[in-house]
Amino acid sequence: MTRHIRHAALFCALLLVALLVNATRVQVLHAEDYETNPANRRDTIARYQQPRGDILVDGRPVTGSRDTGEHLRYERTYRDGPLYAPVTGFASQEYGTTLLEHTEDGLLSGAAPVLAPLPLWNEFTRGRNAGGHVVTTIDPAAQRAAYEGLRSRKGAVAAVEPSTGRILALVSVPSYDPALLSGNGAVARDAWARLNADPDRPMLNRAVRRTYPPGSTFKVVTAAAALDAGVVRNLDRPTDSPDPYILPGTRTRLTNGSEGCEDASVREAFVWSCNTVFAKLGVTTGVERMRATAEAFGFNDPDVRIPFRVARSTFDTTVDRAQLALSSIGQYNTRATPLQMAMVAAAVAGGGQVREPYLVERTTRAGGSTVSTAGSRPVRRAMYPATATRLRELMRGVVEDGTGTKAAIPGAIVGGKTGTAQHGLGNSGTPYAWFISWARGGADMEAKVAVAVVVEDAAANRREISGGGTAAPIARAVMEAVLNS
Amino acid sequence: MSKAGITLATADPPAPTVRLTGRRGVELALIVLAVLLSVYGYCAVGLARNGTVPPGAAGYGAGLGVLALVAHLAVRWRAPCADPVLLPIGVLLNGLGLVLIYRLDLETPGDPAAPTQLIWSTLGVALFIMVVLVLRDHRVLQNYTYVCVTVALVLLTVPILFPAVNGARIWIRVAGFSIQPGEFAKVLLAVFFAAYLAANRGALTYAGRRVRWLRLRLPTGRVLGPIVAVWLVSVGVLVLERDLGTSLLFFGLFVVLLYVATGRTGWIAVGLLLASLGAVAVGRLEPHVHHRIETWLHPFGSIEAGEGPNQIAQSLFAFAEGGTLGTGLGLGHSVLIGFAVKSDFILATAGEELGLAGLSAIFLLYGLLVERGYRAGLALRDPFGRLLAVGLASLVALQVFVIAGGVTGLIPLTGMAMPFLAQGGSSVVTNWAIVALLVRLSDSARRQGGGGAPR
Repeated sequence: MTRHIRHAALFCALLLVALLVNATRVQVLHAEDYETNPANRRDTIARYQQPRGDILVDGRPVTGSRDTGEHLRYERTYRDGPLYAPVTGFASQEYGTTLLEHTEDGLLSGAAPVLAPLPLWNEFTRGRNAGGHVVTTIDPAAQRAAYEGLRSRKGAVAAVEPSTGRILALVSVPSYDPALLSGNGAVARDAWARLNADPDRPMLNRAVRRTYPPGSTFKVVTAAAALDAGVVRNLDRPTDSPDPYILPGTRTRLTNGSEGCEDASVREAFVWSCNTVFAKLGVTTGVERMRATAEAFGFNDPDVRIPFRVARSTFDTTVDRAQLALSSIGQYNTRATPLQMAMVAAAVAGGGQVREPYLVERTTRAGGSTVSTAGSRPVRRAMYPATATRLRELMRGVVEDGTGTKAAIPGAIVGGKTGTAQHGLGNSGTPYAWFISWARGGADMEAKVAVAVVVEDAAANRREISGGGTAAPIARAVMEAVLNS
Repeated sequence: MSKAGITLATADPPAPTVRLTGRRGVELALIVLAVLLSVYGYCAVGLARNGTVPPGAAGYGAGLGVLALVAHLAVRWRAPCADPVLLPIGVLLNGLGLVLIYRLDLETPGDPAAPTQLIWSTLGVALFIMVVLVLRDHRVLQNYTYVCVTVALVLLTVPILFPAVNGARIWIRVAGFSIQPGEFAKVLLAVFFAAYLAANRGALTYAGRRVRWLRLRLPTGRVLGPIVAVWLVSVGVLVLERDLGTSLLFFGLFVVLLYVATGRTGWIAVGLLLASLGAVAVGRLEPHVHHRIETWLHPFGSIEAGEGPNQIAQSLFAFAEGGTLGTGLGLGHSVLIGFAVKSDFILATAGEELGLAGLSAIFLLYGLLVERGYRAGLALRDPFGRLLAVGLASLVALQVFVIAGGVTGLIPLTGMAMPFLAQGGSSVVTNWAIVALLVRLSDSARRQGGGGAPR
């Protein structure tokens, strides 16, 4: 019997070994698979177990965290949610994150390894660092001025500092309150369904995620290409342009919204926004040189990040001469985000240099020590400095006695360009009203702000003046806010 | 026979007093260690959750300490030669179980289980003391072979008269307490199997050795008739009650004891054949069981089907989160398992919060308990004692394997309580009875060993 008891004991020992081997399999060998299974809620619980780091505008947080006491404990809150939504995006327990909340998520949630005091420290202690903060470049006064200006309309505003590329304002209207989406309950689900079903698409960030035909504001790019190429040497010499202009190779007549464009000089054509002159100028300059200049301004770059992705602004290069003529006045396949057009204005104001726009000044740990700063950004030359000087002259003319007089600021030097873009099938849609501009205070050495405004539902008056009438006052309010701060 | 045992008990002590006292000292030291570990765990939960030692820590430690100390005194008085490891293992596992249940109570504020479990633990220790004090010689139990089997069958049958709880008819509700009579039946059936096989061992072995092939079955069958009938009835009842874990347990116990008693490998073959036939039949016919097998084969099937993780998947997630060292007591999320997290799935909490290290320690504690039971079985000289020790130890080993293997995805899950750890009064009381019997058996083993080598 003794022998058989030993056999039975051996059997029990085998059972024990099987349990230990299997426990090792589950807890060590397969642990990674199980931990990263999307159905495993532990990561989510840990993520919301602590307050999220904040996004700061001018030193003040525009976000916060609320302790709900629920299973997923902390929920995002927003101060002036609709105002800053195009900057912050949302951080939802149910629907993920967008915009800065998305690109800076590792830092804000505390998961970023860079926050750890020592490499692999958190892996060892199973701890999680407090969420870091993101300091933005936004100027609250400019942001609010843009938002107030667009109120009850549809449109977007982007403003940058020409000398650095810092984004001073990023506004999209209609907006939404991202706080509605923070939780995981019925409120968030209802808001999500409602916002997605809204035909006005309030969650669309029009300033960076939507492209519009830039219309006449694109004439700045065409003028820069023509001047750089030497196609135009004297701004005041008549350009020998017909009115109407027959698009090359077609019978289509291109007309103007204003009088006196026939054989106008570039200066007159710019100030009064003559389509015929610039269409012809684009064709004369040629597709290759137009492309080079447009791309130097930032068009056709599929990977602009501020740090979240900006939609690609396009200048079509596979065009015949008629299409090039239309492309040169910001129609056909030419499309731009408001941020891209602000960069165009900034390049003119900044002596022809294009600086990559950015939204995050620096990131810090919860305690305030710096994790990273924006640092110096790459610079690209879009045109010769002499060309920029002449374009500044042209743009000042628009504001002083052209289509953009409503953007004038007493005591400051302002240059601008209006635009009205046709769109829709057979140009049937209500035109988009554009205004791009830059400004420098009387005592300043350089321009302090460049801004682009687009208003989608400008008054049904289809005349060129609508860019100057609707969009220019908004641009002025934004520029004033920056100059006064 | 029993008379001789008692005489031996009263006559023996004087000579080896010094050595035996030393063993009780070891036991006392181990008990203190076990209580301290449990109190430490209790404090760790509070510190991790609120940053403070929980208010009940002193009371909890004192309560557990007093219970363990009284049990120790009973052993010191009535079973001074007993194995000094058995009682401390019981105390540590029971203490740890209370810590884990207390910890899970924090997640389910409306449904505290620890206070009830503490009452049942007290009853369990009381039963332990009673068994140690009253049962002076295990061989007395042989006189109650048929009482045991009758009571066991009644206990197994009674829950059929009560309404099903969560699909299984294994509970009866009396005065607000849920009792699982099947748990008590385990010990009684082990006693019956041991006694019956010890008495008929000669006949079984003789018949098997003498006659081959076809004629083997007749004499064997004649002797085996009652035992097979009892086993069939108990298993039948359990299948009707849908408690498959327990039927598996009984079946395993039956095969192990049959093998140890007769030494015939053929029994194992027959047993395994019957088991696989039964498993296939039940797996095919019973949708409940079929579902369990499917879940075992594809633990993430419900996730892929878009229904979210099932209990097994959640349990695996919990174990995986624990990794090597665990998240620390109070810091895991095993509560996501949901239903039965404090009972059948209690091990997942241990695995998540104590890690592979803690889980292995728990397995090794059970292993040590089983090993000590087997050691007593080897040292004993009477066949009944040997079979009872082996049976009780195997009962623990099989139960741990069935439920631990179930929750870690090694075998299909069958609902069963993790001995000492899991919430469930009947289970705790039964396990204390098993430890008490093992203490008594080990005491007898060392006495029978006399002045010779104690091992």
